[in-house]
Amino acid sequence: MTAPVGSAREGVRPPDAVSFTDVRYSWPGSSPFTIAIAEFALARGEKLLLLGPSGSGKSTFLSLLAGIVAPDSGRVDVLGTDMAALSGAARDRFRVEHFGIIFQMFNLLPYASLIDNVLLPLRFSRTRRDRALSEGSLEDVAVRLLEALGLDKTVIATVRAASLSVGQQQRVAAARALIGAPQIIVADEPTSALDRNVEGVFLKLLFAQSTTAGASVIMVSHDEGLAPYFDRVVRLDDIATSTRGALT
Amino acid sequence: MMIVRLALQSLLNRRVTACLTVLAIAVSVMLLLGVEKVRTGARQSFADTISGTDLIVGARSGSLNLLLYSVFRIGNATNNVTWKSYQDIAKRPEVAWIVPLSLGDSHHGFRVLGTNADYFTHYKFRRGQSMTFAVGGPFKDLFDAVIGSDVAQTLGYKVGDRIIVAHGVGSISFIEHEDKPFRVSGILEKTGTPIDRTVHVSLEAIEAIHIDWQNGAPVPGQSISADDVRKMDLTPTAITAAMVGLNSKLATFKIQRAINDYQEEPLSAIMPGVALQELWGLVGTAETALSAVSAMVVATALLGMVTMILTTLNERRREMAILRSVGATPATVLGLLAAEGGLLTLAGVIVGTVGLFVALYLARPLIDRVYGLSLAIDPPRADEWVKLALIVAAGFIAGLLPAIRAYRLSLADGMTVRT
Repeated sequence: MTAPVGSAREGVRPPDAVSFTDVRYSWPGSSPFTIAIAEFALARGEKLLLLGPSGSGKSTFLSLLAGIVAPDSGRVDVLGTDMAALSGAARDRFRVEHFGIIFQMFNLLPYASLIDNVLLPLRFSRTRRDRALSEGSLEDVAVRLLEALGLDKTVIATVRAASLSVGQQQRVAAARALIGAPQIIVADEPTSALDRNVEGVFLKLLFAQSTTAGASVIMVSHDEGLAPYFDRVVRLDDIATSTRGALT
Repeated sequence: MMIVRLALQSLLNRRVTACLTVLAIAVSVMLLLGVEKVRTGARQSFADTISGTDLIVGARSGSLNLLLYSVFRIGNATNNVTWKSYQDIAKRPEVAWIVPLSLGDSHHGFRVLGTNADYFTHYKFRRGQSMTFAVGGPFKDLFDAVIGSDVAQTLGYKVGDRIIVAHGVGSISFIEHEDKPFRVSGILEKTGTPIDRTVHVSLEAIEAIHIDWQNGAPVPGQSISADDVRKMDLTPTAITAAMVGLNSKLATFKIQRAINDYQEEPLSAIMPGVALQELWGLVGTAETALSAVSAMVVATALLGMVTMILTTLNERRREMAILRSVGATPATVLGLLAAEGGLLTLAGVIVGTVGLFVALYLARPLIDRVYGLSLAIDPPRADEWVKLALIVAAGFIAGLLPAIRAYRLSLADGMTVRT
């Protein structure tokens, strides 16, 4: 365990943000992809980079982590909750309460305004909504986050998210992931469409905001060059075995 | 609330296709309801062809045949009714009025009806409406004619014009009563009944133009001039049919039986309402076909909507993954898509219904004038509400098809967002 969360070090150790134990999962379908993860843990407040080439099961890993799919066997604990024990709808609720998710691209509803895009999770999570409300009106909170992520006012006033550049869109996606201070930020190659220097700026801004919120960050990528920005780097191949193709 | 707004924004984002879809559904709904309106209107107009007449009497024949030639001026009588029989019926105490009808001549394809002035007061249509004169009045002179509005319009006649009646009922006739021309004394308002296509003359005139004829042809060298004929006795020997009004409806069956059992001559008496129903049953199969076609048009419009939703599914797939990532349950996402289908259909149904009423309101006077078809502007009936509700329900269900597909895709997509 790296990056200890100071106050909770003594006494009862708080549960990790995420822990996987003997997890096994196969995608249903004609060409099943199976992944097995013996052990994995993400500490609270930790910024972790999960490296793996494309097709190595990164997306499956994230789907398990965020409770989009439930493991066939084994345990996925998130903030002390056994995800497998939750029903599908409960996992959906759990996800929005505790996760902020940033995709590789196409993060935004193209027809909606930036503010609506950022506020989207708050419609599904009362906890995050209340947390955001404690900092001011929802609109103000969204605007402040967007500004903190380096978007200026004229951009924020954009009516349709579709008219933004990819870099701007990823910042809006980051603001959506961060709003209402979820405990875990999950990012799936959020910078792959950005050029190098924009990438660095984006990650720094993202980490600054997640540190303020006290959130853990787990990012998957195939790009080892990102390693310096993170507390810890894990290679998916080291923790997981995956098989592809028909299992006969 | 925001979710609803997003759903609307999503639709707005595809407003051109969405509008076209709504329009297609609206037009199909208009057609469905419109056909229904025309159907009931036509049926009503048909049933309204004759009213207030309790019995129609003619030579013995089937009721449809008698109705067709006496009211609709279609086909020919099998035989005549003697003047004596007519008078016998007229003398019955239960008979309030009786109007003779004498057919067999024509004018440029329009039937000529010999009758008397009572015809204009006793013949009723559209729930007791009497015919009215657009110009002029009933016949005063022996050779006066009253023409229906279609006759006047088609042939361009006005009051005072001279017309020559042809013998027989073809549109081209070789034997004409050219020695005894008629003068148009009046033109009737449009009624939407066969009256519009009829030339009315007095019964005596029919007798007068045939007085020097024998066996359906003029007797050479025996022509009697129009002036001379006025001095002669023009009481007819026979008529084609008669319309009878009774003092009490209760007597209808009794009189009908009495006429059917009349000893001197084989006669038939029919109740026009019953015969009209019978006739409608015959031509009414066409309306079923019309309804079937309009129902298919609605189905086509819904199919178009499903196609529209399906083609935008890739974009929606992204939307669904985003919504799932922020905590929307599959049910929410499924509901959103299905609601879209329902919403589009509902909009189409509303636009179509309102559109129909606007169109009806605007076109009604014209339809009444040109086709004599009175279409009712009344709120949809219970069965029409049911139809509309069924269409909206079908829209929801149709919307479910792409929704389920998108939902499956989103499950398979997991956390990846595909383009």
